[in-house]
Amino acid sequence: MKPAPFRYVPAESLASALALKAEHGDDARFLAGGQSLIPAMNFRLAQPAMLVDVNPLRDLDYVRPAGNGGVRIGALTRTRTLERDALVAERQPLVHEAVPHVAHPQIRNRGTLGGNLAHADPASELPAVMLSLGARLRARSSRGERWIAAQDFFVGVFTTALRADEMLVEVELPAAPPRTGTCFMEVARRRGDYAMMGIAAVVTLGDDGTCTDAALTYCNAGATPVRSAGAAQALVGARIDEQRIRDAAAAAERDLDPPGNVHASKAFQKHLAGVLTRRALRTALARASR
Amino acid sequence: MTTDSHQIVTTVNGERCERRVESRLLLSDFLRHELGLTGTHVGCEHGVCGACTIHYDGAPARSCLMLAVQANGHAITTVEALAPDRDRLHPLQEAFREAHGLQCGYCTPGILMTMTAFLAENPSPTEHEVREALSGNLCRCTGYQHIVDAVLLAAGRLRESSPG
Repeated sequence: MKPAPFRYVPAESLASALALKAEHGDDARFLAGGQSLIPAMNFRLAQPAMLVDVNPLRDLDYVRPAGNGGVRIGALTRTRTLERDALVAERQPLVHEAVPHVAHPQIRNRGTLGGNLAHADPASELPAVMLSLGARLRARSSRGERWIAAQDFFVGVFTTALRADEMLVEVELPAAPPRTGTCFMEVARRRGDYAMMGIAAVVTLGDDGTCTDAALTYCNAGATPVRSAGAAQALVGARIDEQRIRDAAAAAERDLDPPGNVHASKAFQKHLAGVLTRRALRTALARASR
Repeated sequence: MTTDSHQIVTTVNGERCERRVESRLLLSDFLRHELGLTGTHVGCEHGVCGACTIHYDGAPARSCLMLAVQANGHAITTVEALAPDRDRLHPLQEAFREAHGLQCGYCTPGILMTMTAFLAENPSPTEHEVREALSGNLCRCTGYQHIVDAVLLAAGRLRESSPG
């Protein structure tokens, strides 16, 4: 028995779960998939006084088409569900491509989209994907609800814009414009390990083939998922050729200031960012051109 | 702080089981200490090694990353339920024995629970797919090669024995 003592409350409804969070604030934690929270509790790095188990809130487990061609995903949707969902594969291929890199099948069977994002691990794949796709995140509390743009949601290591009484309940992914190509890639020692570097790339082309929009976001590159503005600038307004791709990769290497760790030095991480930028852009460009 | 405990009703290996458990009791410790199902092994207790893998409502999960209270109203399957009876092993267990898929055996229960679910979903895996599916389970003895051999051996036999 490793976790410190706590009070366990299975949520009877979303309203009751939010009321408990409003009452207990940071002393209470929502238990979703538990694949990051429980290990932290086993180590006693986290010692919440109360766990509000949101797994009974099955209404938050869904993938639905949004009216505008986008997708809405409930926060309690398991990562494994995302991996297998046909609508996600069709409308959000970047999510479909990234999800198999999230830990291992045993973890994906339990882990949830909402839990992954609210945990805000900068090495995680899905926060970077959310930034590149321009996702909006819906936060609920007893006071009401608000939408938070993905780029405003992640504010630091394990830190989000969520307030102490709020729960992330839904993620909305906008429809991709026509002639958009995406690619997710990462370099890890083994499948399922944290990536030494990862990239979520989105490229949109205009009718004449010039790049009208680009988003390149990197995981494990800083305290939050990090977008490279320089890489996007190297692409937008031009026809993407091999020289532009190399320019974008060089810009990304300049923009990023990865922390370095026991598995990969800062210099190696920057090198990987350049390599991944080139590879992912070639793939995303080919997909956008189809 | 007074002990926080809950009455739970769960199904373990097909049998109904009712117990009062402390909130902080991990599912892995519940299976081993409360039910005596010591086939589920405990390695790292933070979700890295995979030794404690069980099936939760039919899907592999790490029992050290779940609480016993979360078994309430759900079905748990452990390695004890793999073999069809006392005298026969599951085809994957049989293949592990033949292909030397284990040495010390500590990681074996978790790998069996992971790979039975994998083979049910992917009956004709490539070697690469088997290695990827094994990535969430650590083995410090075998170097994995004989585990891969065993899984591929069992996959072939399961295909032969399944109708269609």
